[in-house]
Amino acid sequence: MQYLVSVIDDRVNPGRDDREPLISAFNERLIAEGHWVFAGGLADAAAATVVDNRGEQPMLTDGPFVESKEYLAGVWIWEAPDLDAVLELATEASKVCDRKIEVRPFL
Amino acid sequence: MSDAADDVTRAHRDEWARLVGSLTRRFGDLDVAEEAAAEAFATAVARWPVDGTPRNPAAWLTTTAQRKALDRLRRESKRDVRHQEALMLHDGAPEPRGAVDDDRLRLIFTCCHPALAMPSRVALTLRLVGGLTVPEIARAFLAQESAVGQRITRAKAKIKAARIPYRVPSPDDLPARVTGVLAVLYLVFNEGYLASGPESDPVRQDLTAEAIRLARLLHGLLPDDGEVTGLLALMLLTEARRAARVEGGALVTLDEQDRAAWDGALITEGHRLVRTRLAAAAAGTPPGRYQILAAINAVHTSARDARDTDWSQVVALYDQLARLDPSPVVALNRAIAVAELDGPEAALAIVDRLAPALDGYHPYHATRAELLRRLGRRDEARAAYDRAIDLTGNTAEKAALARRRDELR
Repeated sequence: MQYLVSVIDDRVNPGRDDREPLISAFNERLIAEGHWVFAGGLADAAAATVVDNRGEQPMLTDGPFVESKEYLAGVWIWEAPDLDAVLELATEASKVCDRKIEVRPFL
Repeated sequence: MSDAADDVTRAHRDEWARLVGSLTRRFGDLDVAEEAAAEAFATAVARWPVDGTPRNPAAWLTTTAQRKALDRLRRESKRDVRHQEALMLHDGAPEPRGAVDDDRLRLIFTCCHPALAMPSRVALTLRLVGGLTVPEIARAFLAQESAVGQRITRAKAKIKAARIPYRVPSPDDLPARVTGVLAVLYLVFNEGYLASGPESDPVRQDLTAEAIRLARLLHGLLPDDGEVTGLLALMLLTEARRAARVEGGALVTLDEQDRAAWDGALITEGHRLVRTRLAAAAAGTPPGRYQILAAINAVHTSARDARDTDWSQVVALYDQLARLDPSPVVALNRAIAVAELDGPEAALAIVDRLAPALDGYHPYHATRAELLRRLGRRDEARAAYDRAIDLTGNTAEKAALARRRDELR
């Protein structure tokens, strides 16, 4: 079972930005324990472009699809047997990243 | 014929959770389990009065429900080959009898999972463990049936999609998860004990009874868990006073209740449970909050007359509780006991310090009103009663507070 694990940052009250070494060590552990599928940090939400080609003409919009105080700072994809296993990892990940974590199952 | 109807009612009370639990383990799907269990009971309602009650109702219900579940899965599996394979794996597998109690525990922990919102946990537990129908749950919480139905459907969908596991938590996680289950049961009990709606009866006996039934079930499954024992004792000792709590539509405070109207059997049972925990505490296991609250209630229910209450014992127990839970609500309740031991002035000094935290909490104003009244500060007392009356939703409490206020005119 795979889960999308989103790292959420807050513009008003951002997490610390000295987390890289801790996150690397955490990633090593995810790999060693067989949970790691994918990980990636994201550029600032201001670098996003939204494409909408549902109408007559493709529309391009500068910026993220929804403006909000909180934004996606990075994602993992984890393999885990059930939600309890993921929640335990996510609890650690939140400390490691100093940010909120959202866990969402893939279909 | 009515005997068969009683048999169905009894079987529903005794077997529902076991049935849903074992079906969930077997078919790996709460939805299938709930529907098959409900269909089995509907069949019992139709058949038992005609055919007679089966010799072993539990076995009859299990067989019938399994057949219903298999029928449904076979219908669905025509669209889904993987289901077919799952069926072949499970069909006809023997029931390990020893796992049955564990099934009910698994069910309880799944329904009370912390990844579900509290109202969902409550609705799901009452439906899947308690066997209440959606209309019954809606009535109990003055909610729309459609809203309750949707809440349960969404919770089941989340359990399935996010794969919330169907198992008893590991020993490391168990205490925290038990606390989560107890919070659900206590919420159900409290909503019955002090119903909050303006349209609602002040005491909802159906809810307190259901909460006690679930707490008994959990206590039977986890007999060595001190907090489970504590919560059951707390509920029993609270429920024991029910008949004396409301008179003429108004709440009667503990000191004015007719103690002869208390339920002696419940008090005896509650005291027995509290004693087992006192023994454990003496052996070095520190009590949690429910055990301390139960002990406080045991002190109250040990006094034949309100004047005989051992207030120093009550204050000592609240001191213990405050160390565990330094919240302003605990401090408020402690102050009520301090008023009896050291007088209203000492208590009011404590209560006034809680103003910033508890200004929106009606018991704060009700407590202040009583203390001010005892100190002869009548105008301030009346104003405090008014605030409490505005803030409470319980009809019997409003009536009692209004009567106290009007005595001060």
